[in-house]
Amino acid sequence: MSDETTYRPEGIRDAFTEGGTPDAAGAKGPAHGGKGSGPGGPALPSLGWRGTLRWTWRQLTSMRVALMLLMLLAVAAVPGSVLPQRGQDPAAVLEYLGDHPAAGEWLDRLGFFDVYSSVWFSAIYLLLFVSLVGCIVPRTIAHAKALRNRPPRTPARFGRFPATASATTSASPDDVVDAAAAHLRGPLRTLPLFRVDVGGEEPRRGRPATRTVAAERGYLRETGNLLFHLALLGLLISVALGQLLHYRGQAIVTEGRGFANAVVDYDTFESGAWFSPTSLVPFSMTLDAFDSEFASDTVAFAQARDFTAHVTVTEPEGAQHTETIKVNEPLNVDGSKIYLQGNGFAPDITVEDSEGQVAFSGRVPFLPEDQMYTSRGVVKVPDVSPGQDQIGMIGYFLPTAVVEEDGSARSVFPQPNNPLMVLEVYTGDLGLDEGVPQNVYELDTASLDPAVEDDGSTMKVLVRPGETVELPDGLGTVSLADDVPRYVALDLRHDPSLAFVLTFSLLALGGLAVSLFTPRRRVWVRTWSEPAGDDGRTVTRVELAGLARGDDAGLQREVDRTLAAVPGVPTEAPADGPHGAAGGAPDSSTTVRSTTVTED
Amino acid sequence: MQIAELSVLLVWAAATALTIALVAFAIDLGRRTEARAEAHAASMTPAAVGAGGGSTPAPSTTLDAVPPAAPRRRTAGIAMSTTWLGTALLLAAIVLRGLAAGRTPWANMYEFTMVGTFMALAVFLVLNLRRDARFLGAFVTGLSVLFLVLGLNVFYIAATGVQPALQNYWLVIHVGVAISATGIFTVAFVTSVLQLLRDSRDSGAPYLQRPGFRWLDRLPTTASLEGLSFRLNAVAFVLWTFTIIGGAIWAEHAWGRYWGWDPKEVWSFVVWVVYAAYLHARTTRGWDGRRAAWFVVVGYACVLFNFTGVNLVFNGKHSYSGLTTGS
Ligand code: HEM
Repeated sequence: MSDETTYRPEGIRDAFTEGGTPDAAGAKGPAHGGKGSGPGGPALPSLGWRGTLRWTWRQLTSMRVALMLLMLLAVAAVPGSVLPQRGQDPAAVLEYLGDHPAAGEWLDRLGFFDVYSSVWFSAIYLLLFVSLVGCIVPRTIAHAKALRNRPPRTPARFGRFPATASATTSASPDDVVDAAAAHLRGPLRTLPLFRVDVGGEEPRRGRPATRTVAAERGYLRETGNLLFHLALLGLLISVALGQLLHYRGQAIVTEGRGFANAVVDYDTFESGAWFSPTSLVPFSMTLDAFDSEFASDTVAFAQARDFTAHVTVTEPEGAQHTETIKVNEPLNVDGSKIYLQGNGFAPDITVEDSEGQVAFSGRVPFLPEDQMYTSRGVVKVPDVSPGQDQIGMIGYFLPTAVVEEDGSARSVFPQPNNPLMVLEVYTGDLGLDEGVPQNVYELDTASLDPAVEDDGSTMKVLVRPGETVELPDGLGTVSLADDVPRYVALDLRHDPSLAFVLTFSLLALGGLAVSLFTPRRRVWVRTWSEPAGDDGRTVTRVELAGLARGDDAGLQREVDRTLAAVPGVPTEAPADGPHGAAGGAPDSSTTVRSTTVTED
Repeated sequence: MQIAELSVLLVWAAATALTIALVAFAIDLGRRTEARAEAHAASMTPAAVGAGGGSTPAPSTTLDAVPPAAPRRRTAGIAMSTTWLGTALLLAAIVLRGLAAGRTPWANMYEFTMVGTFMALAVFLVLNLRRDARFLGAFVTGLSVLFLVLGLNVFYIAATGVQPALQNYWLVIHVGVAISATGIFTVAFVTSVLQLLRDSRDSGAPYLQRPGFRWLDRLPTTASLEGLSFRLNAVAFVLWTFTIIGGAIWAEHAWGRYWGWDPKEVWSFVVWVVYAAYLHARTTRGWDGRRAAWFVVVGYACVLFNFTGVNLVFNGKHSYSGLTTGS
């Protein structure tokens, strides 16, 4: 047998490579022919340290360990969907830690809030890939040799093969062999379906000389399997490289303004360990306009239907071009992709203090909090005239405002049909001079005094576009520009590994399909002449056997088709012959029998 | 009447037709048991004797070579035609739903349920064009009725457009392939459960020796059930692999990263790994047969959870059941 050119991982159940005959198949005991020890139990003590190492390696690269690691991987992935994860939602992790202080601390220590970068999760998949390499490398080498192999010799007995057929014909054994071989090779000479060897056997033990055909197809199956596993390895390496080389920056840009692709221009910037700032291509971009569409039918009222950002990109060498960015259509600039991640309103607010000095003027992004774009924003006014208290304002921007009778206001549609800004005003020390970085979207009101109504409730200042309104307690005025600019939250990402990730994924898919759907089959034919009766006439006996790798519903049909190609045999082979029946009808000039035996 | 309402009506009609099919399939299973009980008892005896050697293959029913069918399978014929009818009604309902919403009709849980059920039924029917797999009928139609009624009562939402993130040809491809895979996984799951049941009965599990389980003897052998389940799972696994790759490509476009361990992604990964483990288990000595079949059961449980639990329980980017109002 071609054993030196097959590599079997420890523990594989495979009738096909385990010697080629079904007698050796499914050997459930130590009869398995691998050089390693059987599943019954390794003889550890006599191994010595090198032997122990080899034994350990053999175990690590065994099918059983691969299976265990796969199961572990599936289980280990689950907690990350149940518990909040830092990578996805850091705020939720903090909240969880607040709600479950005791358990939370332990879970945190064990990495349950960073499952996919935790030691144990990484250990599982890295071991799996070590096992994969250990398994795949020898298999690839063995397969490369096997590609030049001839089909295994015709076995002595056909009786116990999963698919068999037999017939008698008037054609000579030579004709039978030629016809069967031609059929198995198929119509393409350069790309034969089966690899075919034609041979013969000397007379032996009462049997006359025979002609044989040995054929094998489906080397691609193993090729596909190896390609699949190797592609998984490539995928892992590509993803890891991407992690090291990528960068991602986020910027909020309002209409008419822009930003440059430089680390300092991003509101947040994050990059892999091997990132170098020189890989930022210095283009710049301006947001010309932003369009949004929302459904106005009753069923899906106010659901978003379309967002489009119209931008102008200026390349480093000065060329300009206009582009659009949509939710599903990122913009590609110099190998980086720019995504439209969010949008909202950035009202243009001016605050004058009690002395009439402009203390603040600028666009303030308000973050949408619901489907109607009820948006929250914070205005911090530290630069008031000397001697005055600093002003802080927490406001809501309502694109289509409805003011109820009790004075409360809400937004009823996301488009700016009737914009209104509602502000609460605080005074005191904003704490900006202490040098501690602050969240621009939050105002810590604990140390500030709210402006209140006579009844003690917090006073609300209502401002519409184009209006200037007095602030309470003589603090000054606040005004809103006529136009309410839109802003977009842009996400720029550069990951040089993407093409590799995609290529290896598709190779894995292709390899998988080839491996699962290519039948790997062996077909053998033996034929000889024997006396047909007392009158000295002879007939030709044809016997066929088939063996397949794994389950193969088409094996019997393959054998039957081969038989049908033999001259003098009726083309129609009965699909389901008598099961295990021995008696045929020997007196007809041609008999065909095909049997399916199901392994249990 | 509105197109959308007509669609709902057709789903109810399909569920009704499939219920009739379910009853007919069940009667057929029972009848076959009675009609062939003696014949079977006769054929079992020598096999039991011969099995002492442990190597003699027992005479067996295989999918490819089913013994001549019992003469009375008129109920099975009725069952098959009502299944065809129910499937056609369901298809019409899906098409009308798409027309009513003005888009591909698989963008929320109600629609997934309809299309997934349709795929399972279609796989079953196509399978029957090639070989007699009517023994699966009662279970496939039973699950289908269950899914449809659940869909109508629990997941139903009115037909409408979708948010910008879903407006993409990837919705058609990625989700369409995912649902097809789910449909095939469903039929494979039924096959593996039958394999486990028959295997338990054959090996003398006391509960399954009751007369009520005699129908199990009429099923194909565990080996051929295993083979059928594998072939279905293999197709579904390749489709699922494509689903994940397609999803990653789409996520790269829509969310700016191809993989982010969002709950849906986690569970799609878990499903993939479990079925990969299944394919490994089949070829690992000591893990083939029964144990491998359990992987199919676990894998399918994960598929169902990925489809229901993940949408309803976890709050990820994939929460597009339409049942909660995300922003
Ligand atoms: C990243 C981890 C792995 C995954 C996701 C994986 C997945 C798969 C899948 C889906 C199959 C069936 C498709 C096919 O035949 O090509 C398969 C087959 C196979 N795998 Fe893996 N595998 C992994 C690691 C390993 C390891 C570590 C080994 C070595 C022990 C291994 C050995 C095999 C073998 C020998 C087959 C062929 C089984 C057969 O005869 O059909 N795999 N694997």
